[in-house]
Amino acid sequence: MSSDTTVTAADQVPGGFLGWLDKRFPVMAVWNDHLAQYYAPKNMGFWSFFGSLALVVLVLQIVTGLWLAMSYKPSAAEAFASVEYIMRDVNWGWLIRYMHSTGASFFFILVYLHMFRGLMWGSYQKPRELLWIIGVVIYLAMMATAFFGYLLPWGQMSYWGAQVIVNLFAAVPAVGDDLSTWVRGDYVISDTTLNRFFAFHFVIPFILAALVFLHIVALHTVGSTNPDGVEIKKGPKGNKWSANAPADGIPFHPYYTVKDIVGLVVFAAIFSAVVFYAPELGGLFLEAPNFQPADPLKTPEHIAPVWYFTPYYAMLRAVPPIGGSQFPGVVVMFGAILIMFLMPWLDRSPVRSIRYKGMLSKIALGAFVVSFVVLAYLGLQPATDLYTLLSQIFTVVYFAFFLLMPIYTKLEKTKPVPERVTT
Amino acid sequence: MNAEGVDQKRRRVLVTATSAVGAVGAGFIAVPFISSMNPSAKARAAGAPVQADVSKLEPGALLRVKYRGQPIWVVRRTEKMLQALPTLDAKLVDPDSVLATQQPAYCANPTRSIKPEYFVAIGICTHLGCSPTYRPEFGPDDLGAGWKGGWFCPCHGSKFDLAGRVYKGVPAPTNLVIPKHQYVNENTILVGEDEGAA
Repeated sequence: MSSDTTVTAADQVPGGFLGWLDKRFPVMAVWNDHLAQYYAPKNMGFWSFFGSLALVVLVLQIVTGLWLAMSYKPSAAEAFASVEYIMRDVNWGWLIRYMHSTGASFFFILVYLHMFRGLMWGSYQKPRELLWIIGVVIYLAMMATAFFGYLLPWGQMSYWGAQVIVNLFAAVPAVGDDLSTWVRGDYVISDTTLNRFFAFHFVIPFILAALVFLHIVALHTVGSTNPDGVEIKKGPKGNKWSANAPADGIPFHPYYTVKDIVGLVVFAAIFSAVVFYAPELGGLFLEAPNFQPADPLKTPEHIAPVWYFTPYYAMLRAVPPIGGSQFPGVVVMFGAILIMFLMPWLDRSPVRSIRYKGMLSKIALGAFVVSFVVLAYLGLQPATDLYTLLSQIFTVVYFAFFLLMPIYTKLEKTKPVPERVTT
Repeated sequence: MNAEGVDQKRRRVLVTATSAVGAVGAGFIAVPFISSMNPSAKARAAGAPVQADVSKLEPGALLRVKYRGQPIWVVRRTEKMLQALPTLDAKLVDPDSVLATQQPAYCANPTRSIKPEYFVAIGICTHLGCSPTYRPEFGPDDLGAGWKGGWFCPCHGSKFDLAGRVYKGVPAPTNLVIPKHQYVNENTILVGEDEGAA
């Protein structure tokens, strides 16, 4: 909630229908607290585009998904044909489906950039720990949605991808087999599995929307950070809109809403180029084996998850079985995601932003990005001895970024942080 | 609310007791929801045995039949293939089929089969469940000169010999599973039933 208590023009009681509404629902208070009188740092810049863009894509996914569900049939006998029906016979079905499939990949691109922004700006540091944690939960919910959704076209990659991932649960000691049977609802990936994955794929996005709501409430409680990592609430007060608001803050609306619309226009152009000219993006967004119906008797020559899962898949393959069990690989794979929850407590640096951290932090962040990209590439390739070795090396780099963080952030010499935000 | 004259101890007991009973109730109501996700009676009953006719199977060829939604392989192994099996023992994890869960007792032999010529197995990799590719040729370029036929899993590179025995140093931990099966007559194999022959 805004700490601003001065009466401004926006606070005055509106008349007419809005006034009637505002007496019964806090329309003006919500509008002011979250938009017109939410003061964001004036220097947020380029990297602050991606959160709001991700929100737009979430809405796009929900809308296109609802329309796809009007023609899709979640049954093993009909699923593949119903997707072809959408592509060929439903009016504009091809466009709605390509927007949905392209939207899935772009959702992850935007969220990865948004997360990278968080790492650069130290957005997870006190007092934003909970904000960061809600963000990681959102990421997990996104991955669950994407995983369930990928089975729905019932192509070869859908089927065998789900087969491999559900079998990961079987690696859990003692209860593994029962657990994977429970997830499938059958002894193999079947009609039952497809039906329930459709149900989950439909409902989780609404949970995701609720989590995004919590994410924004938490953000507006602690305030947005910025490339300097300077806390504008602790700086001088008074700006041209309010005497009590931070001097370095500007109202989110209209300043950032307008800025984000510019970002949205550029994004929409790139997004449309992919949707209209390269919806498969060379097999990266829609994989070739998925244009064949699922065949439970034959695995395609080379299977790989969609690109946004491949860093974790490469880590899974990098870990050899220990004691005849695949479980260690599964632990490493899930650990790579869950370790993100610890970020607020791993970073011991006295400064927030990468701008004022030392060389070690910069090298570590650079190595982390390289390891993530290289692992993503390796996860797409067939396993060879060289690639397995590279996967092992970069898995170590990935984890070193997190596990050594308490050491290198403490060791290095930081630069002085300015009093006020810079440009 | 006026908190004066409230017996805090009694209130704590009541709150704790109400919460505990509520939690037990939540536990009970969770049972049908969790159990509902397990295989239905229909799915459990779908495991009827299937027959494989091997009369037209050529030497070296592989036949796939579907049993419980899974691929079942029947391979008619040539004499050359059978002779190669014992030479591979040193490269394998479990050459003598010691692990009893991977085959019925009547297949825990050097060829892992009832009749040496016909090999029957569930065509699902013991690693993460892909169906490995049949590679019966000897010494192909990509698998090396030491390859004496078998299966290569495209997903994670696991290798098995022509008796479904897993090679060392690959992700799959165990040999391929041999299903229960029996010969109904000379040329027909019934998969899924062995009339207690084990």
